[in-house]
Amino acid sequence: MTSADYEIVIGLEVHVQLKTASKLFCGCSTRFGAEPNTQTCPVCTGLPGALPVLNEQALELSLRTAVALNCEIPRLTKWDRKNYYYPDLPKGYQISQFDLPMSQHGWLMISDPEGEFEERKIRLIRAHLEEDAGKSMHDEEAGKADSRIDLNRTGTPLLEIVSEPDIRSPRQARVFLTELKLLLAYLDVSDCNMQEGSLRVDGNINLHIPGPQGVIATPIVEVKNVNSFRAVERAMHFEAERQYECWQQTGERLGDVPKQTRGWDDKAQVTRAQRHKEESSDYRYLPDPDLVPPVDPAGRVESIREQTGELPAALRGRLQQQYQINAYTADVIVNQGRPLVDYFVELAEKSGNAVLAGNWIQQDVLRTLKEQEIAIEQFSVPAGSLAELLKMIDAGQLDNSRGRDVLQAMLETGAVLEQAVASLGIEQVDDVALDELCRQLVAENPHVVSDVQAGKQQAVGALVGKARQRNPNVNPGRIKEICLELISRLPPD
Amino acid sequence: MDLTQTSATALLSELRSGTCSSLELTRACLEQVERHDETIGAFLRVDAQGAIDRAKSIDQQRAAGEPLGLLAGLPVAVKDILCARGVPTTCGSRMLETFLPPYNATVIDRLEEAGAVLLGRTNMDEFGMGSSTENSAFQLTRNPWDPERIPGGSSGGSAACLAASMVPLSIGTDTGGSIRQPAALCGVVGVKPSYGRVSRYGLVAYASSLDQVGPLARTVEDAALLLEVIAGHDSRDSTSAPGEVPRYSETVSQPLEGLRIGLVKEHFGDGLDNEIAEAIQEAIRTYESLGATVHEISMPHATYGVATYYIIAPCEASSNLARYDGVHYGYRTDTRAMLQELEAERQQLSPDADEDRLDSALVRMYRRSRAESLGEEVKRRIMLGTYALSEGYYDAYYLKALKVRRLIRGDYDVAFDQVDVIAGPVTPQPAFRCGEKADDPLSMYLEDLYTVTANLAGVAGISLPCGFTREGLPIGLQLQAAPFQEEQLLRAAAMYQAETDWHTRRPPLA
Repeated sequence: MTSADYEIVIGLEVHVQLKTASKLFCGCSTRFGAEPNTQTCPVCTGLPGALPVLNEQALELSLRTAVALNCEIPRLTKWDRKNYYYPDLPKGYQISQFDLPMSQHGWLMISDPEGEFEERKIRLIRAHLEEDAGKSMHDEEAGKADSRIDLNRTGTPLLEIVSEPDIRSPRQARVFLTELKLLLAYLDVSDCNMQEGSLRVDGNINLHIPGPQGVIATPIVEVKNVNSFRAVERAMHFEAERQYECWQQTGERLGDVPKQTRGWDDKAQVTRAQRHKEESSDYRYLPDPDLVPPVDPAGRVESIREQTGELPAALRGRLQQQYQINAYTADVIVNQGRPLVDYFVELAEKSGNAVLAGNWIQQDVLRTLKEQEIAIEQFSVPAGSLAELLKMIDAGQLDNSRGRDVLQAMLETGAVLEQAVASLGIEQVDDVALDELCRQLVAENPHVVSDVQAGKQQAVGALVGKARQRNPNVNPGRIKEICLELISRLPPD
Repeated sequence: MDLTQTSATALLSELRSGTCSSLELTRACLEQVERHDETIGAFLRVDAQGAIDRAKSIDQQRAAGEPLGLLAGLPVAVKDILCARGVPTTCGSRMLETFLPPYNATVIDRLEEAGAVLLGRTNMDEFGMGSSTENSAFQLTRNPWDPERIPGGSSGGSAACLAASMVPLSIGTDTGGSIRQPAALCGVVGVKPSYGRVSRYGLVAYASSLDQVGPLARTVEDAALLLEVIAGHDSRDSTSAPGEVPRYSETVSQPLEGLRIGLVKEHFGDGLDNEIAEAIQEAIRTYESLGATVHEISMPHATYGVATYYIIAPCEASSNLARYDGVHYGYRTDTRAMLQELEAERQQLSPDADEDRLDSALVRMYRRSRAESLGEEVKRRIMLGTYALSEGYYDAYYLKALKVRRLIRGDYDVAFDQVDVIAGPVTPQPAFRCGEKADDPLSMYLEDLYTVTANLAGVAGISLPCGFTREGLPIGLQLQAAPFQEEQLLRAAAMYQAETDWHTRRPPLA
């Protein structure tokens, strides 16, 4: 079986917890990790008589996201109740949006830096705002153990983003999620922490299998419980293969069986059917009579657009244009988030050599961040200091590898540039000394001289190596230059 | 002077001048409750000690010259559907028999700030669903004018306690007529404010888009006073209206010049009791004698009011009451017995039967808890609403009802371009006998014929006494005014009251 046997069709549903201080319809804190049931009030616990009041900030963040996702924002949106019974849903309904969501018909471009697929537009059906349910921890078997419910999360604002089934491979699914997460980070609307549940993904997947009588679609399966982007990619892979085998065995097509929900088991790396007895879901939506429709969200789009900073796609283009760095470098920098972009820009501006700045960020800075498991905000060398170092390199006062030693010293000891340079014994070797050193080397190595005279210019490298052994502070470029000059003045053998 | 027979407005001057104290007044009210409530059954609970303590403290504040609120020292009865911190709030239901709210409804806050003495909780139809108070899970409330008859509902306790002179003021709620209808049947005054006039925060919801809290009293002036206290914007209720509340109590006695009264011809058709029709006509003649002009208006969609109401209200109720599931608070079935029952059913299954046919323990707990603690009428409305919201029925029922609702509001908009108030009956018949309609929900629903349209359209309405039947049962006159025109409404009502003495009559209590 190869992927040429079928086409994978994937649509994703992403729940993003918005970064608001308080819940969607009450003043309770949304902080993660508090003692169970300590961040609750009559409203979010659904006590009789309590009424919801919209947290405007949540709508603001949702609109900001929807605008950045190229969605259409309607003039009229409203709140609906989605009715179902569950112990972690204390009102017996979830306040959500049904037929008039706050945004529709958007898209997100994805491209693969590793070139596995062409740039694609992934269309979005809608993005709507809703409240989260609580958390249940329980034993499925009746009477065997107590069930416990934590309502701290109840009422936390969630933005649900639903894509069209435009994704054609597990890899694309992962890239889509990575790009979406990056966008959300730039918009500063969510922490996007999958471990804490502030970003949750469900995948809908089936196969289109070409056959003699045309393309056959397999039944759509919803895959839940995927806890990382890598897990999404793997779960989609597994599910595609499983569906293909299943189709070969049963011949079941879309519509033959009800939509199935399967859970990803990350340990076993398989999806398993979930028992969903009450899944004949008729949610009996109705407009929530306790809330009033938000006033003309479409009218807020312009001011939101003005307040939104530069977003990843535009930023990648601008960095390439303005700083003459290549697409790959721009991608690496932008994908690390706005703070690193800011660092790069300052480094490029102050050092006067953007390409060098790009290289140093990609290699030395990012490696250090990774090793120390820190973000650029915690990186101890300010862009201004690093720029001074790059200037020395650019001016030929240091080579890259010596520069690296300096940066290392700055990181380890917290020394400023001058101290670090001094501590390594680096001093400017003057031209007279350089000249003297080169004369000695040329004199001591006649075989190198004859090689160079025979046209093998690169042979001079041996002299550069010897020079550095005698004095690590010499500028290799200058050594090479002087040596070649001296050799050219010698008479040929 | 009999304090229990005195109006709230008059009592306030007595209290201010020192001719009586709040403690004396509160004691007089408690004695009246003691004497008559065993027969009437208006109160579910009376907080005698709390009321006495509160009255004493108000008296002390007055003696110390401290600033006092609009109701300082006046006993007020509250329908058992408004949450108050630590005070049982049952809504007339077994489901909430043990529920103690940890917070105050905004109306309770406002009453307390105004210095009211909260005397006790009045009986009601379960969750406000009913027109006779017979749907209370706890007790029957009898009409003080004839204990064989119902007081109306759902705020039957709040109307009966006024008619029986147990308190000068009470609070009710009105979703389809639940203040106006019992007020009419008990011969007192009841106001359903415009939707959004009074905060619903802490009012246990029946149908959120229709529910309003409102005042009941024995005079229009007293109702104006109580409305002034409880009305106003509340940031905790998104549907509450912004803007200042007029000083109703200060303007209520000013007659309106050139009052234009609308009569809806559809209101005087079949089904209206003759004596009620005559009393209404007589009231209109009184208005004419005061210089008002009468205009016949048409409300072509009013006839769909009851049908529309009995779609929208149950739909919202089915969702609002979903929270009563036995999980977090309220009634829960005996879980041990429930689990044994499930186990027994499992044993009964043939070995090859699918166990999925059995409820999970959770689902069985939901079913049992709700089945055992909710009454017949509540279940009926939950089922009606659940059905009407179901896939495939939504458009035909709920959506259509919303459209009719809009047309009804349109009828009102047209009418209020021509007239200041609409006058008519409150109920098609006077108070009926206990049990008379218990097995006939449809005829019970028709009790709401003249009142539901005000809720559907969000307009203001008042019921005030306008006569008695030959059998001696009270008849109510309903006036309705455009949204947030309560000031006009109350002044129009007070004009009539000033010309008549129906409101001064009290039932002969045994």
